[in-house]
Amino acid sequence: MRSCLCIHTVLVLILLGVLTTPMHAADSTNMKTIAPEELVRTLTASKGTKPLLFHVGSHMLYVQAHIPGSEYLGAGATPQGVQNLAKRVATLRKNTAIILYCGCCPWNHCPNVNPAYDTLVRLGFTNVKVLYLAQNFGVDWVTRGYPTARGE
Amino acid sequence: MKRALLIIAVAAVLLIWILLRPPSADNHDGTSSLRPAPGFTLTDLSGNKLSLADYRGKVVLLDFWATWCAPCKEEIPHFIDMQNHYGAQGLQVVGISMDDDEKPVREFQQQFKMNYPIALGTTQLADQYGGAFGLPITFVIDREGRIVSRHIGQTKPEVFEAEIQKLLQR
Repeated sequence: MRSCLCIHTVLVLILLGVLTTPMHAADSTNMKTIAPEELVRTLTASKGTKPLLFHVGSHMLYVQAHIPGSEYLGAGATPQGVQNLAKRVATLRKNTAIILYCGCCPWNHCPNVNPAYDTLVRLGFTNVKVLYLAQNFGVDWVTRGYPTARGE
Repeated sequence: MKRALLIIAVAAVLLIWILLRPPSADNHDGTSSLRPAPGFTLTDLSGNKLSLADYRGKVVLLDFWATWCAPCKEEIPHFIDMQNHYGAQGLQVVGISMDDDEKPVREFQQQFKMNYPIALGTTQLADQYGGAFGLPITFVIDREGRIVSRHIGQTKPEVFEAEIQKLLQR
């Protein structure tokens, strides 16, 4: 009976563990995130300072659709992308509001946002967030009807 | 005692279901209308013409992917297997890489010994297929050149296989 209860307890604990595992698996570096709907509210608000928006994913995806006003800096997973990012922020104040985004792949598979975020933190930036796109930019932004722009 | 065993059994079944359930990215849009697949002609990595029209009469699995896309890379070995297994019956896998550069695609192709044609995609082609704003996106096209389904995100190989087997019998 006692062994049954032990097994029971272990199974329930495993089950609870599975159920409570956070979905934001890419948050290994404790990235601060912002939800798409919150960013849309910020961008469309009549008042308040707008954050700088940096796209750190694939150029091909950026050309197809990106957030209006966002700048393409190269894939965060590449040395060139990190270099572009560092160069772009070189003259900015460290408390500048910056939002990074990619959306190439599901959040926990994105190779770009982590290195880009880490770069800005390492450079001393204190007001950086990453746009949380659970599936990808198409599913979580474009198909929701949020504003997009095309081209370079 | 019986009650404890019952609870254990229920917990075990629930646990197995949670562990084996399909990922959220496994998004099968089975309601796609049968519209004609937009035609295209590109040059594949071997320098050969890659035209969708040349595959009329075959079932085509058209995969938009990229080397930086981890879920895409997980799907590709399955596509290689499918091409091996169903190629003689009329399946043709076609890869459209959305990479910005050809070099990593070529390296990946050699590393994985990809056995189907691959070409670099364009934004125009992606537009024709409704946009590739995130990858992978895979289309299953029937022998008449019509889009039967569109899969957004990583999809289980058995889902593709079930569709392909059905279409190959037609």
